[in-house]
Amino acid sequence: MTSAPLVSAPPHIAANPSLGTWLSVVDGVVVVHVGKVELGQGILTALAQVAADALGLPVAAVRMRAAHTADGPDEGLTAGSLSVLQAGPALRHVGAVVRALTDGPRGDLTSYVARIAQLDPATDLCAVTPAPAAPAAAVGHSEPRLDLPDKVLGRSRYLADLRPDGLLHGRVLRPVTPGATLLALAALDPPGVEVVRDGSFVGVVGAREADVDVALSRLAGAATWSDGAELPDEDDLSAWLRAGAHEEIAVLDEGGPVASTHRASYFKPFLAHASIAPSCGMARWPTGPIGDRLHVWSHSQGIHALRDAIAAALGLSDEGVTVEHVENAGCYGHNAADDAAFDAVLLARSVPGRPVLLRWSRSDELTWGPLSSAMTATLAANMVDGRIGGWSHDVWSLGHSSRPGYSGAPGILAAGHLRVPSPVPPPTDPPLAAGGGTTRNSVPIYTVGPRRVTGHRRTSTPLRTSAMRALGAYLNVFAIESFMDELALSAGVDPVAFRLAHLGDPRAAHVVRRAADLGGWGRTLPDQSGRGIGFARYKDEGAWCAVVAEVAVDHEVHVRRLTVVADIGQVVNPDGARNQLEGGATQATSWTTTERVRFDRLRLTSDDWETYPILGFAAAPPVSVELVDSTAPSVGAGEAAQGPTAAAIANAVHHALGVRVRDLPLTTDAVVRAIEATR
Amino acid sequence: MRPSIRLSVNGESVEVAAREDTPLLTVLRNELGLVGSRFGCGQGLCGACFVLLDGVAVPACQTPVSQASASSGVVTVEGLSQCGTPHAVQTAILDGQAAQCGFCISGIAVRAAALLTTNPSPSAEEVAGALERNLCRCGVHRRIIDAVVAAGSAP
Repeated sequence: MTSAPLVSAPPHIAANPSLGTWLSVVDGVVVVHVGKVELGQGILTALAQVAADALGLPVAAVRMRAAHTADGPDEGLTAGSLSVLQAGPALRHVGAVVRALTDGPRGDLTSYVARIAQLDPATDLCAVTPAPAAPAAAVGHSEPRLDLPDKVLGRSRYLADLRPDGLLHGRVLRPVTPGATLLALAALDPPGVEVVRDGSFVGVVGAREADVDVALSRLAGAATWSDGAELPDEDDLSAWLRAGAHEEIAVLDEGGPVASTHRASYFKPFLAHASIAPSCGMARWPTGPIGDRLHVWSHSQGIHALRDAIAAALGLSDEGVTVEHVENAGCYGHNAADDAAFDAVLLARSVPGRPVLLRWSRSDELTWGPLSSAMTATLAANMVDGRIGGWSHDVWSLGHSSRPGYSGAPGILAAGHLRVPSPVPPPTDPPLAAGGGTTRNSVPIYTVGPRRVTGHRRTSTPLRTSAMRALGAYLNVFAIESFMDELALSAGVDPVAFRLAHLGDPRAAHVVRRAADLGGWGRTLPDQSGRGIGFARYKDEGAWCAVVAEVAVDHEVHVRRLTVVADIGQVVNPDGARNQLEGGATQATSWTTTERVRFDRLRLTSDDWETYPILGFAAAPPVSVELVDSTAPSVGAGEAAQGPTAAAIANAVHHALGVRVRDLPLTTDAVVRAIEATR
Repeated sequence: MRPSIRLSVNGESVEVAAREDTPLLTVLRNELGLVGSRFGCGQGLCGACFVLLDGVAVPACQTPVSQASASSGVVTVEGLSQCGTPHAVQTAILDGQAAQCGFCISGIAVRAAALLTTNPSPSAEEVAGALERNLCRCGVHRRIIDAVVAAGSAP
């Protein structure tokens, strides 16, 4: 294997070139190691299909192993709807090399697997000419999810379910308000637990979970905290976002509109991830012998970055820390998983050799996990003879990334609470080349004449924000697609026809037309009902997605039906992709009609399911999804529908009432305010 | 300090050492190894830990173990299966791939199983009404409703 590379390997192979990093054979079963992680989106099943086809094996003959820093590829974050795009080509390459070196799946399965088992794990995947691509067998079929039987039948599957020998349970006491520090902690000797303190970090560890919970509540009464940072006025966030110092993000400047005939501003509040389970983490601190490492179990989106952050925060070497992924409840972006893992490490440090399972409370999950930033955008356009002849888009936001390792800091919550702290810097944004954050999807896909698009990221904040599904695209698409409707209606043109008249991209026009057809565009509706459309191409280079919403409005907005048409290129698992789009549209319905993080000037007050309500079963609309038949390269489906859904619902509300609501969520109060503003 | 408490779980009589006010959920997960009832909020507001107590779906996180002990018995998601055969609701959920992260789904299966005992063929509206105390964050609501309706219509 010393010859020069004969073909260029996919980037994730170049970064992880040893065969043994990707593949092993255990007890006669081919085990595929991937760096992408199961977040509830079904990625392990989709990648099992890709790997099985590439190896020439049935799906049932491969087993997927969760990501592991010491023993698996580093594939970066599982985020941004990139997993199939990045891991797919890598697995195809691995399979093609395996087939080249073993002569492929000739003979029976057992002998083929035996030949795979004999391959040298050190084989350089970049130095072998891969066999020609194998035909698709599993890819393109709706393979059932590999992980669902455990979950539906109530078996142990989640990180929270791990019960290794010697397990201790842990809890952490968070400050009462962001920015507060621990001034005093009255001496307590709670039975059966150990109190762990380092600066303003306080936690408890014990063998019995009930004892630990009781101790935590007693500890809360024993702690005295300083005042924290003042929070902004929750009812005036648009002004707050526009005030103070900003980092300007010049996305595009083609001169912009010299004059504008139309101008409007849109707003979304802070949102919470609100995963159905609070975050957790498990850690075992080494007992001392050389070779014993700190071992961490986490549901993080990026176990390598988490490993590095833990090592940096504690002054350890990266090699001294192992992180492995274990599934937990649904992950929709950078939530508290990394923070919880580090909390577990800090508690485990006090009890070397014992695994400590740390779980956050529901309240901490909703108030201390990173939030999705509030945002506001002002759009202006110059309409000339019924067409758009100039466009500007200005968007104000906090940053959409504060993942571990960002801005050169560990970036994990408790690191900022230690006696020797590593403070959590203000959030930033992913680079524009990765889709940006504040400005994601801020450039209209339409032909609109000279454009000017600028992001304004507020650089100081007492509230920690980071990536949540679609990042800034949720607000930017809501704004652009609401504005397109406003322009269409002011020109007296049907909103679908108006969009098509400004769309040069045939794949875009196709999904808009199909969604309109399937969504009953133009058909009569009952009184106080309306139909609206929203469309975007996610991150400008991902999935094309159009959504038609039907709403009925009485004292509140009821979403009756959603029709989603998406072009995501070649579909690995059609039912899995549909499930992602249905879920994305339904979750976005919840964001759009219901959700808003609440706070007073001192503390977050939306700290349970009553104060942070999410969409319930009775309010969830039927969602029909059509996928465009395509052999083009696959792009992700999980973040395509959010912005279009928000706009479709708001446009449908306008259709129903004749009132434009530009502030989310579309609650009764927001609708009433919009009506009053028109008087 | 930790008296012995006897209760019936999934048809078996078990004895655990716990204070009377210990949440049933903690006992199920930590003493009995029944981790299928999930912890979602600890406040009885999400339904992820629903179990049947005397046939009624209740949040195990808000049920003291003493109350479970005084009942005729607890059935957890693990107890929905009969002789290794999943409950019709579980089969329908798997057939419809009606889950994403799945964290809510065992509590939903328990609530839906209770519904089917009192209303063997519920409509979609009746299923949605029955699941009002269950939360799903991934947005799988309509698949779940369809699955429960299908379970009810199954021969």
